[in-house]
Amino acid sequence: MSATIRWVRHGGLSTLLLLLPLLLAFGYFGWYPIGRAVVMSFQETNLVTEPVWVGLDNFRSVLADPLFWTSVRNTAYFTVLALLFGYPIPLVLAVLMSEVRRYKGLFSALAYLPVVVPPVVAVLLWRVFYDASSSGVFNTILGWFGLGPFPWIQDASSAMPSLVLQATWSNAGATVIIYLAALTSVRTELYDAAEVDGAGVWGKIWNVTLPQLRGILLITLILQVIATFQIFTEPYLMTGGGPNNATTTVLLQIYDYAFRFGDYGAATALSLLLALFLAVMSAVYFRLTRSWSTT
Amino acid sequence: MTRAAGLGRDPGDIGAASPSSTGTTTGTTTGAGTSTGAGPQRPASSGGKPPRRRTARGRAARGRTSRGPSAPATDRGFLSDFDWRRPHVRWTMRGAHSLLLIGLVVGCVGPMLWLTKAAISTTQDTLRAPMELWPSGVDWDNLSTAWNQAEISTYFANTVWVALGSWFFQLLVATTGGYVLAVLRPAYARVITGAVLATLFLPGVIVLVPLFLTVLDLPLLNVSLLNTYWAVWLPAGANAFNVLLVKRFMDSLPGDVFEAARMDGAGPLRMLWSVALPMSKPVLGVVSIFAVLNAWKDFLWPLIVLPEPTMQPLSVRLPIIRDTVELDVFLAALLISMALPIAIFLVFQRLFLRNAGLGGAVKG
Repeated sequence: MSATIRWVRHGGLSTLLLLLPLLLAFGYFGWYPIGRAVVMSFQETNLVTEPVWVGLDNFRSVLADPLFWTSVRNTAYFTVLALLFGYPIPLVLAVLMSEVRRYKGLFSALAYLPVVVPPVVAVLLWRVFYDASSSGVFNTILGWFGLGPFPWIQDASSAMPSLVLQATWSNAGATVIIYLAALTSVRTELYDAAEVDGAGVWGKIWNVTLPQLRGILLITLILQVIATFQIFTEPYLMTGGGPNNATTTVLLQIYDYAFRFGDYGAATALSLLLALFLAVMSAVYFRLTRSWSTT
Repeated sequence: MTRAAGLGRDPGDIGAASPSSTGTTTGTTTGAGTSTGAGPQRPASSGGKPPRRRTARGRAARGRTSRGPSAPATDRGFLSDFDWRRPHVRWTMRGAHSLLLIGLVVGCVGPMLWLTKAAISTTQDTLRAPMELWPSGVDWDNLSTAWNQAEISTYFANTVWVALGSWFFQLLVATTGGYVLAVLRPAYARVITGAVLATLFLPGVIVLVPLFLTVLDLPLLNVSLLNTYWAVWLPAGANAFNVLLVKRFMDSLPGDVFEAARMDGAGPLRMLWSVALPMSKPVLGVVSIFAVLNAWKDFLWPLIVLPEPTMQPLSVRLPIIRDTVELDVFLAALLISMALPIAIFLVFQRLFLRNAGLGGAVKG
């Protein structure tokens, strides 16, 4: 009893009261849902009757869904394309921009501008650009050079690259800024040393700049993969998963399970599988690249 | 979807953003001789250094202390002054930079300029000749039609309301939580910090459905938040990144100040309000800006928890408006929805570019 009084006297109670917003917010909307996700994936939940324990049934039905492999394939395809388009572009831009001597702020502000456009606005605007008729915005511009018209998001084979192009436009600027910040901490005496050794411009970029960005490059790579695996807004608003399920992603599947079919068990089971996959992949990645990383 | 992807990408932001975010830290607390015990996450470079605008550059500069103060190129990159004096290098770089500038203007600003143009063009013009400048005149009415008839005004107000509430709860949780974990430091602080950190590393996608069911029926209280703004505001508060950012900032505040305040008889609450908060203005600015902007961007979560059309924010409403109004009015609506975030960016540009890793990061 006296221990409690001493605890209160020493401000233990007021400390706890001040911590209350954090405990409530994370308790209700952070920790509890995470725990519940694990439980729910083994249950059948339909909001009307009490949840029933069904073992691995949710996982089985998710894996047996003919759309499962389609969505996995599409998501992987999106990720690979996003890496091909989206990974080198910010790096090249940042390395070039780091040598800008005047108006550097203007360059970075321009590059960052698309990032502040709300994703929904960006997607809907690009949907207008992708108009497949010959008087669509992109088709008009390409028409000046005698190209097209292209079907863009109307065609199953070009729909996914179109989504990736838009996503890259929306997000590349943020990565450019990260690289620019990292570039300012490159140890410049190494440039001096390289020059003494007679290195040319390319030699300096290849042997000094890039190796020193290694740590941040490894991190942005895995983060980009993790983020692209959870892609939702772009396919949902641009193509709705079509044409012919060519852009159905895993997250679109999860959304459909939960909010179109009301199958919350299957939705959490698929979420859990995705999270598990991402966790294992990140762990393997960090293990494999540990010896390369500088950080 | 900002939430899920946001959680997924945040961990690396710490790594990515720390040079720049600690830049803010050093900028304000320096010179004060930090004597608080350095927390494990506290960067080694944050005490007692003269104020620098950007630590990243500052660190690079410190790395070169062997160089005299009169050393010529303190800001050098991979090109030396000698390289710059060579004509072909100079002209190649100038050419590359001009091309880059043109590319950035066309690629990044172009779409927005087109939208501005199309928002005040007629539908016919936009459909037939999208790249021509007003062949049949400017149609200013689109903007007022969108604002009034398409009720963009309502959804705009909803979005502001969503953003303000999310901002308030993010700030409330981050400041009180960060203060307790960094300054008051009760015995269980480490456990709580660890538990907060853990949520940062889990891909956000896991919690989407269980979070929705939690909001439908809050445990213990048995109330449903569906179709109330609380459903957006409260979960926004559980933002681990904000908490850790504020905590780390307060870790580096000088302990003497708190000691002095305690001697003068200030209680924990008074110390938070009169000492910790005023000293933390820079980090609170960063948290605030990104809180408002992320609320403006958020789509999937409000779509799920606000099915009532009159309550929905712009992001949820725009895709539906697309099917119900004419193209020119729809484009005007897009322009209005984009205006505020861009204005915020232009006003607080420096803050953004210094801390870009925190909010935007590598999605897509």
